[in-house]
This record gives sequence, C-alpha cells and structure tokens, in this order.
Amino acid sequence: METAIKPITNPKFSIKILSDRDIKDIHTATLDIIQNTGVRFPSERALQIWSAHGAEVDPDSQIVKAKPDLIESAIAKAPPRYILGARQPDLDMPLDGNHVFLGTDGCGVEVIDIHSGQRRMSQLSDVRDIARIADGTDDIAVNWVALSAQDKPVETRGLHEIKTVWENSSKHVQTESIYNAAEAEAAMRMALAVAGSENNLREKPVLSLMQCSASPLGHDGGSLDAALIAGEFGVPAGFMTMASCLTTGPATMAGTLAVGNAEVIAATALLQLANPGAPVFYAAAQTASDPRTGVYTGGGPEDFLFGAATNQLADFYDIPLSMGSFATGAKTPNWQAGIDNSLSTLMACAAISDMLLGVGFLHGSRIWSYAQMQLDCEIFAIIRKMLQGIEVNQETLALDAITSVGPGGNFLGEKHTRAHMRDLFIPKFMDRRPYNEWEDKGDNPPDWALEKARSILSDHEPLPLEPAISKELTGIIDSLEKDL
Amino acid sequence: MTKDLFQAMSQSIIDGERDEAVRLAALALEQDIDPLDAITSGYLPGVNSVGSAFACGDAFLPELVMAGEAMKAAMAVLEPVMKTNDTQLNIEGKVIIGTVEGDIHEIGKSLVGTMLMSSGFEVYDLGVNVPVADFIAKAEETGASLVGVSALLTTTMAKQKDLIDEVKKKNLPIKVMVGGAPVTREWVDKIGADGYAEDAFGAVEVARELIGKK
Repeated sequence: METAIKPITNPKFSIKILSDRDIKDIHTATLDIIQNTGVRFPSERALQIWSAHGAEVDPDSQIVKAKPDLIESAIAKAPPRYILGARQPDLDMPLDGNHVFLGTDGCGVEVIDIHSGQRRMSQLSDVRDIARIADGTDDIAVNWVALSAQDKPVETRGLHEIKTVWENSSKHVQTESIYNAAEAEAAMRMALAVAGSENNLREKPVLSLMQCSASPLGHDGGSLDAALIAGEFGVPAGFMTMASCLTTGPATMAGTLAVGNAEVIAATALLQLANPGAPVFYAAAQTASDPRTGVYTGGGPEDFLFGAATNQLADFYDIPLSMGSFATGAKTPNWQAGIDNSLSTLMACAAISDMLLGVGFLHGSRIWSYAQMQLDCEIFAIIRKMLQGIEVNQETLALDAITSVGPGGNFLGEKHTRAHMRDLFIPKFMDRRPYNEWEDKGDNPPDWALEKARSILSDHEPLPLEPAISKELTGIIDSLEKDL
Repeated sequence: MTKDLFQAMSQSIIDGERDEAVRLAALALEQDIDPLDAITSGYLPGVNSVGSAFACGDAFLPELVMAGEAMKAAMAVLEPVMKTNDTQLNIEGKVIIGTVEGDIHEIGKSLVGTMLMSSGFEVYDLGVNVPVADFIAKAEETGASLVGVSALLTTTMAKQKDLIDEVKKKNLPIKVMVGGAPVTREWVDKIGADGYAEDAFGAVEVARELIGKK
C-alpha cells in the first residue's frame, strides 16, 4: 500500500457567513480587549518581549496591554503562506489557502483497544498504531499526536510521542504536548535530526507545534516559551482558542469569537515580535457549553458556525488556520457522531480552513475509536467530493448519449456512462445492501470501519525512519531523562 | 414586615442579585433580626427554589452560579455577627479545593466550589497552581476533612497522586476527591483517590457520601 494524501483542493464553491463589516467589528473589539482589558502572559520571557516593544506589562498579574498599532504591525509580519514538510516529499502540505488538509485529533487520554474493544488508558503503543494507520489512510495528511503516552515520564512524554509518530508515519507531525522550554529545545533538536539540516527544517518543517490558550484571555507560560523556541528554528507554531460560550466566553457567539481572537492574535503578535516572519497559524475549536450543566458539548450548531467564521478571521489576518472539527460528544460511532462530525466538517471545509483537526475521537476528544477514525475519513471524502461541485460542459451535458438512448431505455450500456461512472462517489461505510442481507448478518458500518483500521494496521508498511536518526532521537530523550 | 423581608431575600437569590442580597442582609442586622433566621427563612428558600428549578431543567447553570454568588455575599455580611452571637450554621462539612501545581485551568474546579457552597458546604478555594503542601496546610488549619483536587493535563494529573501519597504517608484524617477532563475511573483506582466525579453535580454527591451529614 502506497502512502499518499488526498486533501481538498480547488473547491468549486465556498461559504462566508460573516460580512466584511462583521469581521471589522470583531477585529475592533479584539484590539479593544487587548488594549484595555489585556491578556495574561505568565512567562518571564514573553513579558520581557512585550515590555521591550512598549506594551504595558503588569508584573504581578502578568497581564499585558498593547496598543492596536503594535499588534497590527506585528501580525503583518507573519507569512501568509508556507509549507508543512513531511519525511516523504510528495506528502508536503502547502498551506496556501487553496487546500484543506485532514489530520487526526489530538491529546486524548483513553482508547478503545483495537483488538479487545475494551476502553483503557492510552499508552505509547497506541500512538504508534494510530500513526501507522493514519499513514496508510489517504484522507489523512497530518498526524496530530492523537493520544497521550501515559506510560512515559511526564517530562519527556511529548518527545516519546513525536519520535514514535516519525518512526511510524512519513506524513507531517504536529503536537500539542510540548509544554515547556526544556522539552521544546529537545523537540527542536529532534526535528533537526529528522529534517537533516537547519535549512531543511526552515524550508519544510517536519514538525509544528500547537499550543492551547487558557480562555478567557490567558495563556500557559510553558506553552508560550515552547512556541517562542519553535519560532527561532522556523518551526510553525499556532495558538488554539477553545473559548466556550457561557463559561470561558460570553454567552453570545460574537463575544466568544472576540475573546478567542484576542487570545490568538495577541500570542501570534508576540511570536512575530520575537521572531519576525516566523511561520504561525491560527487555531481554534470554540464551542458552546451546555446551558444546563456547563459541560463541553463537542457539537451543536454553534460549533458548526464557529467552524465557518474562524477561517474568515484567519483570512483577514492572512495567516493559515487549523480548525477543530469532528470531536463529537457521542459515546459510540452513532447518529449524534454522524451529525456532529458531518456538519462541523462541512462548514470548516466550505470555508477552506487549511487544516482540519481531526478524526477519531468520541466523548468530546477524550476517547479514541479506530472505527470513528475511519468513519470520519469517509465524512471528509464525501465533503471533498461535494466541493468539486458540478462540472458543466459539452462532455458532461452528454447530449450524444441522451440522443442515443432517447425516451425510455437506460444509460447503462452507453460508452459515455463507462467513461464517467467512476466519477460517482463510492462509499466505504454506507449500508446499501438489500434489507435481508443486513438482517441475516446484523453488522453495521462501524464494524466495517474497525475492520478497515485493523487491516491497515496489519498490512501497511510506512516508510521507515533511518535507524541512525531513530538512535539520535533516543539519545536526545535519554539525555533529558538522565537530568530528571 | 419580617415576612416581606424574608420574601425579598429569597427573591434576591432567585434573581441572582448580589447587591440586593447584601443590602437586605444589612437591613436585617439593622432591624435586629437573628442572622440565622435570615438565612434559614430568607435566603435558603431562594437557594432551594433555584436548586429545584435547576433539577427539572427550568433553570440554567448561570442562574445557579449567580444564586450561589448572591448567597455567598449575604453570608459574608451575616456570618461575622453569627460568630459573635455564638450561633452556628448547620454546615454539611468543610472542603478545600484547588487546581494542582503546574496547572492554571480553573473553570471546572470553580464550578465544583460554587456547587458545594450552594449545597451547604463550607468551601476554601485555593485557586490554581497549588502545591501539595498548601492543600495539606489549609486542611490542617481549617479542620477540613475533604480536599478536592483538579487537573486538566495528563502531565499535571500526576500531582493528584502526590497529594494522596502525602496524605497516606502522614496518615492524615483527610479524604481526597479528584476531577478534571483527563481523569478517568481507571486513573482514580490507580492513585487510590477516595472519590471522583465527571461534573460539578456529581462532585456534590461524592462530597456528601464522603463527609456529608447522613
């Protein structure tokens, strides 16, 4: 089985749910928040950078207030387009506003075991298996480290994870689990080893870092330090807001967009002040908390609208977007999962988000399901097909075939039919069988999806990482663990 | 007159009007109304009303939180007087809560605090990034018998175990309940926590089981 990626590209239509005026208003509100309310940056290094550029820094609260021109001029230095590199060159991902690349979801804590079907805590071997299957699944372009390797020390866990993904997939690797300066320094040395040279790493970074903000209007100190280090090496970094209507954001969607935007834009400006021109991306997975209980929902019309609105904001700032879609709150691959994941992904894709993260989770990004992973890929494949639109020309209007068949008859025997029948979508996991066949067998699409994942795991051979590089990565992790 | 005042107190809680709740508490003291009566006949019926509306799905979480905040503000006015009067409020128990060291996520933990407080517990919220020693020191200082400790990251979750280990090592009369998005039943078994819940409402049930008045 070849390793390949199938992004969405050259979409025939797109959606815009915010007017230009709406975007301007959100931007103005964002600048107002950053200037007058401020954003918390609990990192010495971050505060020094802000201070050196004339922002108002309160050392006790660690809240930074910055004037609009400082933010706007910094954001303007961010590159609008760049490439995320892969170990195998034909798997590189141009973030150019004309592609949607699909990834796995990340940072889960439990897995439904691929063999036993039992739910259990995640470990490094799960990170390995998911990377191998993602490598062998064409729809997936980027490995976001899906599960936490909870059998490894907390200080080096994120490093074990990226090493394992590189060893088992030649596609791009993104992680959200590098939380401090020491781990980030080590991760950069590892990325250099995989890329081969500093220049290669800058040209086609084989690693990118995602850092979660601490809504409302805050960041984690270690995450900021890690992102600042990434910038020195030209490794892309993005800040993800998960501001949530009602709890960590206002009850209104516009207010939650503004809060999240202030977090992302302020942190992105910081990265540009530290390393002008460093590759950055906008990342978001806003949602609405359930009004009755306040819990994370992992779906609903608000999520779907956020999925479309955020790309307009990222476009306004002219930086790529990584959008959270899928991530259903459902407990099994079921009706709810189908609705949540289809609609969130349709909206994010139709807005041409550069990256979509991602496939595979149940229960609001906590429990990995191999069946859900493959079903989510089918959702993406359906939407990819939809975004090709309807091609209208002499050939597709098929007048000759229509004349030949005439009233009555059918098109099954036409050459035109044979030439174009493979343009039609063939689902992997939709039940189109006769009713009685289903009744006799009693199996369903999630069963087939799980089988598909199992067969990829047993049959697919990823491009191996050179043993010498693997050894070097182990050495970097070992030296950090010796100091613990 | 007093009946009207009690009615207004109850309403201030239902409306989540903190300033109004405080104003009425001060008014009650001016009128020499027993603070314990103000609480049990005035404010608590309001809390119960919001609680039952919430239980059947009519009230939403923000209403519960605002009612809790209003109640807390009124209590802050009445409690000092109760202490000098030597009257004691019938509390469910004392609970220390906080987010582990190295972790700055607080929304879940704060919700648990609000829910415990509105359910009659005396809550000491130590905030975020709290070292193990601080949890223990506060429990010893206040005589609290339950500590609730939150973590959002798998990397900081290990600190929950550190707290439990410390409590066991010192053989302290403290029970520990844990929470946070990555916390699962398996993790709870592994670290030997006394209790855990997936949300703030479950946390109140667990606290009642562990230390509440039966």
